[in-house]
Amino acid sequence: MGHHLDALVDAAATGDGISLDGFTVSRSDDGFRLETPESTLNGLTEGGLREALADYDDYATNWYFWSEVVGESSPQRRAFLRWVEGASVDAGGDDGGDADDTENDGDAPSVPERYDDLRDGVCREWGQLLVTVTVDDHGERSYELRHADEVDADRDELDPYRESLAARQLATYDEKGRYRPLKTGNNLAGGWVFPDLDAHDLVETVETFYPASVPNWYRERRGELDVAHWADAIGRQTGMYSVVKTWNRGDGHEHVNWVAEACCDDSQCVKRREWQYDDDTDLDVDGGDGAFPCREPCSVVIAASRKWTRLEGEETQTYEFELTPSEKEQVEDIIEAVADDRTDAIREADVYEGANRYRARFLRAKLFDDEGNLGGVPTDASDDE
Amino acid sequence: MQALVIVAHGSHLNPDSSAPTYDHADTVREVGAFDEVRTGFWKEEPSIREVLRTVEADEVYVVPLFISEGYFTEQVIPRELRLEGWDVADWDSDGLSASHVTLSATDVPEKTIHYCGPVGTHAAMTDVLVRRAETVTGDPNVGEGFGLAVVGHGTERNENSAKAIEYHADRIREMDRFDEVQALYMDEEPEVDDVTDYFESEDVVVVPLFIADGFHTQEDIPEDMGLTDDYRTGYDVPTEVDGHRIWYAGAVGTEGLMADVVLERAADAGADIGNTLEVVRERTRKTPQEAN
Repeated sequence: MGHHLDALVDAAATGDGISLDGFTVSRSDDGFRLETPESTLNGLTEGGLREALADYDDYATNWYFWSEVVGESSPQRRAFLRWVEGASVDAGGDDGGDADDTENDGDAPSVPERYDDLRDGVCREWGQLLVTVTVDDHGERSYELRHADEVDADRDELDPYRESLAARQLATYDEKGRYRPLKTGNNLAGGWVFPDLDAHDLVETVETFYPASVPNWYRERRGELDVAHWADAIGRQTGMYSVVKTWNRGDGHEHVNWVAEACCDDSQCVKRREWQYDDDTDLDVDGGDGAFPCREPCSVVIAASRKWTRLEGEETQTYEFELTPSEKEQVEDIIEAVADDRTDAIREADVYEGANRYRARFLRAKLFDDEGNLGGVPTDASDDE
Repeated sequence: MQALVIVAHGSHLNPDSSAPTYDHADTVREVGAFDEVRTGFWKEEPSIREVLRTVEADEVYVVPLFISEGYFTEQVIPRELRLEGWDVADWDSDGLSASHVTLSATDVPEKTIHYCGPVGTHAAMTDVLVRRAETVTGDPNVGEGFGLAVVGHGTERNENSAKAIEYHADRIREMDRFDEVQALYMDEEPEVDDVTDYFESEDVVVVPLFIADGFHTQEDIPEDMGLTDDYRTGYDVPTEVDGHRIWYAGAVGTEGLMADVVLERAADAGADIGNTLEVVRERTRKTPQEAN
């Protein structure tokens, strides 16, 4: 292992030298100058520099990794990788320090502290993903990716994958084999592990599970996230979705609160909702704690809202039928169980659960007429013949 | 650096909708024609709105995996990509001839976006229809003794849709390879329901000009043609109907050679794709090669 030293000495001898994470090496007429937060060495020959660097190998491999392996070609990839291992996100970056990452910069650990952590493994959650980065004796990073719920699972018990694009298939179906229409839905199946990804492939894999999550997170850190609020997003819809515009009737935003509570809650989607009703009006429901932002109503929200726009155009009616108190509660239980996707968890013979299948069948047998009308009451008055 | 971005419809309900998009993206990726290959969807993720920010390259070729020019290629995709100064007149198209325009996008102002016409209207699509007939019959020389039907929606929602069907049917007819070639439609005359009325040939290959398999290609068309009473029970290929053997191919968009059309679209717009077209044409072939 010496190629990182060759690259470092070459770079240090060029122009202003190198500077990263408190580590500076430059050359002047007096020779090389090496500076770390702990010490400064002056007037080193090239041989002297190489010798001195042996005592600062963490700094040297850290510089090599960020300068030569990761590089600057994709600032968002670089920023994400630095965030993953707890490094200050903009150090060595090219964005002039205008980013909003003071919370991170202030308590970023020194390189030796960070390397101590990295040798044990540093974990970060990203939605339902868990990234663990470790560093070996040569300063090379290895990234493991698995389901966050399987943090304690033995790696050998998980199916191993090496190719980033394998994530596409893993993201397509939930635990029960159902199609996942929303990549960031809070229903990612587990049972898999990417045991050893390099930096580039880690980001590719993460982006395959959660497309555009890294660029949106990066833009947000820089204060440049282009949030499109509800009013903007539905305003630009055309064709079959243009009808959603008619749902806003100038009488408040309660309907959008309901949409957000239904679709965007942390229990449903791992993105943190940053869009509001409009520029001046925040929604009353919480946007969640997701690691990365949601910048506008997604296509699932728009498609569902088209249906709700039509449904909510109906006038209420008074229906008259009788329920026992327990039957009313049972109707509530069933709605709760469906809304929380809990029906599969209710045991077949657990007749104490209102949403139990036998309980529901009993209710249907008792209360529905042959046309499926609750309480024998037709839905439309005109059907009452 | 140059990137290819394939944009497609996708679905909230059916994973088969995006499957061909991923397959063709993988084919292009494997031949190394581009530094990056990305996909974006109207109904899946990344959304078309956000796909450009996932790209690192500064020259970006956007190819819509759509059958015809119309609402999606002219309104939805340019709007969602935030193409600056987009004007459909710049395509100067008769409904079949959109090739590409070069614009910038406000989402990624530092990049150059080459926005291409849909795959379905490219001349190379004709070859994919023929290749689909080869694949479904297992015969690389299929033609003699066979009729070929190209099936589309019809004009109900978009007149350009029927234009694309006619265009490819005419081109296949001019090849003089199949005994008969006929354009058929789902919602207008000549209707796919009556397929056997339109052919004298005993063997008829039926290829829907659709991007992905879904409700229309897997349920409607097989039932309408009488291949099965219930699509859930499946059907044989070929199936005998009214004295004809119907070789039903399913959506042409699932044919591997579609990757060739994607590449051609990007190349027409100026992408440097080297010799990858030839590689793709060979790699995606599923029928045995001719001896000579």
